Amino acid sequence: MITVLLILIPLLSGIIACFFKDKKVESFALGASILEFILSIYAFFCFKTGNLESLVFNTPWISKFGISFYIDIDGISLLMTLLTTFLIPLIILSARGRNYSKPGLFYGLILAMQAALIGVFVAKDAFLFYIFWELTLIPIYFIILLWGGAEKLKVTFKFFIYTLFGSMFMLLGIIYLYLQTGPDAHTFSIDAFYNLQLSSGTQMWIFWAFFLAFAIKLPIFPFHTWQPDTYTVSPMPGTMLLSGIMLKMGIYGIIRWMIPIVPYAILDKWGGSLAIILCVIGIIYASIIAILQNDFKRLIAYASIAHIGLIAAGVFTLSFEGLQGGVLQMLAHGINVIGLFFIIEIIAERTNTRKLSELGGIRTKAPQLATFFVIIVFSSISIPLTAGFSGEFLLFVGLFKYNFWIAGVACLSIVLGAVYMLYSFQKAMLGNTSEKTSVFQDLKFNEKAVLIPIVILIFLIGIYPKVFLSVSEPAVHTIIQEISNTYTLK
Amino acid sequence: MNTIITLSVLGIISMLSDILGYKKFILPIVIGGLLVAACSTVAAWNVPQQYFNMMQFDNYAVAFSTLIIVILILWVALSNQQYATEFNRADQYALILFSTVGAIVLVSFHSLVMLFVGIEVLSIPLYILAGSRKTDLSSNEASLKYFMMGAFTTGILLFGITLIYGATGSFDISIIQTYVANMEGDVTPMFYTGVIFLLIALSFKISAVPFHFWAPDVYQGAPTMITTFMATIVKIAAFGAFYRLFSICFANIMDNWTFILSIVIVLTIVVGNILAVRQTNVKRMLAYSGISQAGYMLMTLLVLNNESTNALLFYAGSYALSTIVAFTIFNVVHHLTGDEGFDGFNALGKRQPLLALIMTIAMLSLAGIPPAVGFFAKFYLFETVLSQGNTFLVIIAVLGSIVSVYYYFKLIIAMYVKETTAVIPIKVNTLFQAILIVITGVILILGINPSLFLEIIR
Repeated sequence: MITVLLILIPLLSGIIACFFKDKKVESFALGASILEFILSIYAFFCFKTGNLESLVFNTPWISKFGISFYIDIDGISLLMTLLTTFLIPLIILSARGRNYSKPGLFYGLILAMQAALIGVFVAKDAFLFYIFWELTLIPIYFIILLWGGAEKLKVTFKFFIYTLFGSMFMLLGIIYLYLQTGPDAHTFSIDAFYNLQLSSGTQMWIFWAFFLAFAIKLPIFPFHTWQPDTYTVSPMPGTMLLSGIMLKMGIYGIIRWMIPIVPYAILDKWGGSLAIILCVIGIIYASIIAILQNDFKRLIAYASIAHIGLIAAGVFTLSFEGLQGGVLQMLAHGINVIGLFFIIEIIAERTNTRKLSELGGIRTKAPQLATFFVIIVFSSISIPLTAGFSGEFLLFVGLFKYNFWIAGVACLSIVLGAVYMLYSFQKAMLGNTSEKTSVFQDLKFNEKAVLIPIVILIFLIGIYPKVFLSVSEPAVHTIIQEISNTYTLK
Repeated sequence: MNTIITLSVLGIISMLSDILGYKKFILPIVIGGLLVAACSTVAAWNVPQQYFNMMQFDNYAVAFSTLIIVILILWVALSNQQYATEFNRADQYALILFSTVGAIVLVSFHSLVMLFVGIEVLSIPLYILAGSRKTDLSSNEASLKYFMMGAFTTGILLFGITLIYGATGSFDISIIQTYVANMEGDVTPMFYTGVIFLLIALSFKISAVPFHFWAPDVYQGAPTMITTFMATIVKIAAFGAFYRLFSICFANIMDNWTFILSIVIVLTIVVGNILAVRQTNVKRMLAYSGISQAGYMLMTLLVLNNESTNALLFYAGSYALSTIVAFTIFNVVHHLTGDEGFDGFNALGKRQPLLALIMTIAMLSLAGIPPAVGFFAKFYLFETVLSQGNTFLVIIAVLGSIVSVYYYFKLIIAMYVKETTAVIPIKVNTLFQAILIVITGVILILGINPSLFLEIIR
């Protein structure tokens, strides 16, 4: 029942928010999202104390097709839900005072988005999962369309059609799997999907149908072309939603809906191995492009492709370390990237530019900002004791166990990542002040309220990742166990 | 049968209303009569009746007739608003009602003769209505073109019926069914040619590619409310006839015609969607969108079981609801801005937020995006077709519906992002809004809980 509330609260408050005409909606939305966060903490304690029944909700929905409203929270879902409920208040807070036109609709869409995102992370019925998956697209589309920057028409079109293209093939895959269940009554329930005995050929095409949807969402090279433009054009809260939470749907989908259903295809060289190679190409390719960027926001967009490529590669290795590292790194990436985008927003708002060549010397003007920035940068380049480290370490362990050479190439991303992150920090914060940064106000109270929780989390994950790893461990174990019953793993 | 009688009488009543002087009350009379017709149709549920081996009111006929009458009630209610045609209203209702009688005959025929009669009764009033804007050149063109194509189609249809009669010696569809069953799939070339002719003639009526070229011109030229009627009721009826004929008579020799039909389906989906992308006129865009939607619905003919009947019915209903909303709002916008293009919709989100929202939901439904009913309709259809293993066609359909997002969203973008310099306020009356809100509510409710209408035909 708690899980239902987790979906209903943001949905209803989102609808209510649409009716606000003035800026009071900012506080309303913040309140609703904090309430949601508290509820998710409660769900966390229910999970910890073993009160799992209160998290399950299963009722027939469209009985003719064996579709049920089946939601449940296991370790992985819980971490994703917590990430969502933790980040949404920060996103709402970061948008505070930014004067978006039609604020009611703006915050309403963000909250509606949250409902759909949580739905994706808790759905245990393939049809329901697909519905939530598609529903996330509509709010974000309108957020970018209505509040986006230049060329938004072209960019949102590309974004929408691209992602829809991927998910339609996933729908075909889902319907196909549904028709395989039975023998008499078909069902969309995840348990039935996990029990399917699929031939290797079938697994292969199901793998690619699903992969298309997830790879476009992440995005993985070569399906990434929509991403940098969309991130750049989108208003900052939209970018944060996309990069902080929405792309995690892809990784989550891989872990939940691909690995246990088509494990053979993932172990095959034309399936998972090819996907890992694409991921690694993407890591190197995106890192190099990131180094060449002058637009700060675009730089982070490419950096995001590189980071997410590593997570996907680690997850596709099907090793315990890879999966655990992937889950942990999703949290770390979500927190880092939101911090980075928020700092870019602060700089852009005060200087009216995001071009690194026009910035410089901000550290002398705003030492607090510089401190927060450097911590988040360190976390992004995986300095030990910050959030990025533990996850990335596990991912590399997984990759090295899988294949030495692939892991070796992927390791270059550590170096390249350090190059572009430190380079951008240096350009923006150090050196002499430029014309645009000569007057620069340090952090306001609101802004600190966003950055402090982020930094606390960065250190928490960095120093004591066990809090989170122990949550996802049973779920990851179950997945590995289930596959190794039928297949021999490396 | 009661339905046909009620509708015919209602048609005569509204025709006489001018002479007998009760024209003022014509709207309540028509709506009331239609409600009676709807009730008498539903009353025939599970009570199959046959009339002189000519008509058979089985559950299939009842389901389609009910859908047609419900859509007609919505049509009458919406077209009564300030922007109806310049035509005399009573005459217009009379013609529409007679045309609907044809539609009902088409979904309940039991003899090929009635199929022919139904198509003629359906079409002839429409030839007149399409040209009802007498001084407008394009309206005249639409009427003439529709008439020419209609006459041509009728010729092909009659030729097909004749050939089948020649082979079987009967117009009765159950005798034809027995004939096919006895031949065990090995039919004579004469019969086979007849089947193909019928397939072509009916493809004309549902505007499937390559028999579609009349549709955009006729849709564009005819008064918008008449176009709405053609895009919804006529299309449902034609599909009802197509499906009924092929599922009863020719299901046993499917292998002989599925290949041709598959080609028609692929062409319809591909050409319909690609040409819709190129349109700058909203009416033409909706015409091409109707063509591509016909392509999806045609896929049910490759399955031919209870599942596919239900899927067709559900899809037709979902399509008709969304289309009627889209055309009516276009009509309002067109009359106020005088612009038939996408630009007429510019900034509708600011000028008339409610209409813009309703239009957005209709577009989402046509594009097949949840939570609108169009998504579930597409899902149902794809599931049914996939369960028979037609993966290739479903992939084409999926690609087509991705392309369709382009042109449906063009309208959404125009409404919410584009600016306009026009200052004319867009005002619509409350009743009109209320009806649209109800239809939108149905679109959403059926999208969230489609179980209500899933297993109508068992």
